[in-house]
Amino acid sequence: MKPVNAIITEVVEETPTIRTLFFETSFDPQPGQFVMAWIRGVDEIPMALSYDNAITVQKVGPTTSTLFELCEGDSIGIRGPLGQGFLLKPGHILLIAGGVGAAPLAPLAEKASSEGIKVTTLLGAKTKKELVFRQRFEKAGAVLVATDDGSEGIHGYVTQLIDNNESYSQTYCCGPEIMMKKILDKVSPSKSQFSLHRYIKCGLGICGACCVDGLRVCMDGPVFSGDILKKSEFGIYRRNECGERVRV
Amino acid sequence: MLSLNLTGIQLTNPLMLAAGIMGTTGGSMKRIALAGAGALVTKSIGLEPKSGHSNPSMVEVDCGYLNAMGLPNPSYKNFQQEIDTAKEGGIPVIASIFGGCALDFSEIAGTIHADAFELNVSCPHAHGYGAEIGTDPALVEDITRAVKKTVNVPVWVKLTPNVTNIKSIALAAQSGGADAVVAINTVRAMAIDIESGYPILGNKFGGLSGRTIKPVAVKCVYDLYEALDIPVIGVGGISDWKDAVEFIMAGAQAVEIGSAIGNNINIFNVISSGMEVFLKQKEWTLKDIYGMAHQV
Repeated sequence: MKPVNAIITEVVEETPTIRTLFFETSFDPQPGQFVMAWIRGVDEIPMALSYDNAITVQKVGPTTSTLFELCEGDSIGIRGPLGQGFLLKPGHILLIAGGVGAAPLAPLAEKASSEGIKVTTLLGAKTKKELVFRQRFEKAGAVLVATDDGSEGIHGYVTQLIDNNESYSQTYCCGPEIMMKKILDKVSPSKSQFSLHRYIKCGLGICGACCVDGLRVCMDGPVFSGDILKKSEFGIYRRNECGERVRV
Repeated sequence: MLSLNLTGIQLTNPLMLAAGIMGTTGGSMKRIALAGAGALVTKSIGLEPKSGHSNPSMVEVDCGYLNAMGLPNPSYKNFQQEIDTAKEGGIPVIASIFGGCALDFSEIAGTIHADAFELNVSCPHAHGYGAEIGTDPALVEDITRAVKKTVNVPVWVKLTPNVTNIKSIALAAQSGGADAVVAINTVRAMAIDIESGYPILGNKFGGLSGRTIKPVAVKCVYDLYEALDIPVIGVGGISDWKDAVEFIMAGAQAVEIGSAIGNNINIFNVISSGMEVFLKQKEWTLKDIYGMAHQV
């Protein structure tokens, strides 16, 4: 598909560094699916859908900074929804979100709770002000918080909140790769799903730029089950825009 | 039933992975090998690490795909490991390489170990590389000769269709000692976002691929089969077994598959079994249909 013209109807400041852009168009995604967001004349980057009609962006580089400055009435080009989202399992599920990694997990929490699935969320951020979508997760179930500076919840990483993992029917995870790797080593791989971030070029499953070994993040992912990732270079290497191996 | 000897390389079937598709990581190439390809062509590899053009670098248009990746690659200095991993798939691995002159090509080919080399003198949208070289017969001959002198494995030359006379470039490659030519690379093209007037690709223009370019490619293969003494490898829009058969009838000894992988990563197995059923039904061999369109 060619990019669809998506007009911004509302910008919500979630934290000092994170904003949600709502669009006129709904993309009808499965939680965990993503879009390619084209800021005309600048770049096109993969973004998780945080609502049916919204992306949530953290200012980290030049492209996200441009996206961050957009206002109501501006428009960007959107291709998507793309890829495979989270597979919702019955029972009592655990969500683990690090920073802006909460974006694809918040709609999952809402969908799960609307289907009567019990949800517990472990939410981590650098500091209290950077916690994203806390209220959305609280509406869906229990929330435990960790901050790097101890300004809210436990002082430390969200991985330290994982306790008695075996009691959950499934663990869903999105955040920095080092965090996700730690979680993969801690939980049952076959009962866990991870949403990956990679440099995505085509978004069509063709060019191979986003591959984690043989897995195409844009097409086979971005959500993968832990047992598949366990056998891959996930958490060890990623590829830069040239395709060079870079240590995670 | 589908096995063949292509420029001295033994293949279990004539269906190869095209350059620039799933060819950056050893793991992705190995996956395609295990999905039934006859051989793998890597991403085009150059002298220095290159990040390519800014995104959008590939987009689906009404009739196919438009891309301007811009030759992103980790450089040949960081690539042998990927080839070695790809080799674990048990099929030949052909290194696609690019450069700005004969010296660049020889330096890369002289360092990389692969079962063959495919010289990319046909990328339509990389300044100073690809088609900017591949439209000049003298340069193509020079580069081909230089690489042939450097390596003792087969050397294939991939051609651009964006020329007035593809035969003259192919003949130059043949004079330079090429063991085969590969036709065609993408067809120069662009798309514009009518909501804003912006060209969609980050590079503004790029190359068209997919089934829409198949008739263009078939005609090139047909003409090259007549003009050359060396084998022609067909590529351009092959999406099912009928397309592959058509290319072979036009005069391709083998074919490469690219864009169609997006919709079905197991396309190699699907196409080879389709071809086998067809050949059995017709009581033809692969040899029988090779160049058939020239004999009827």
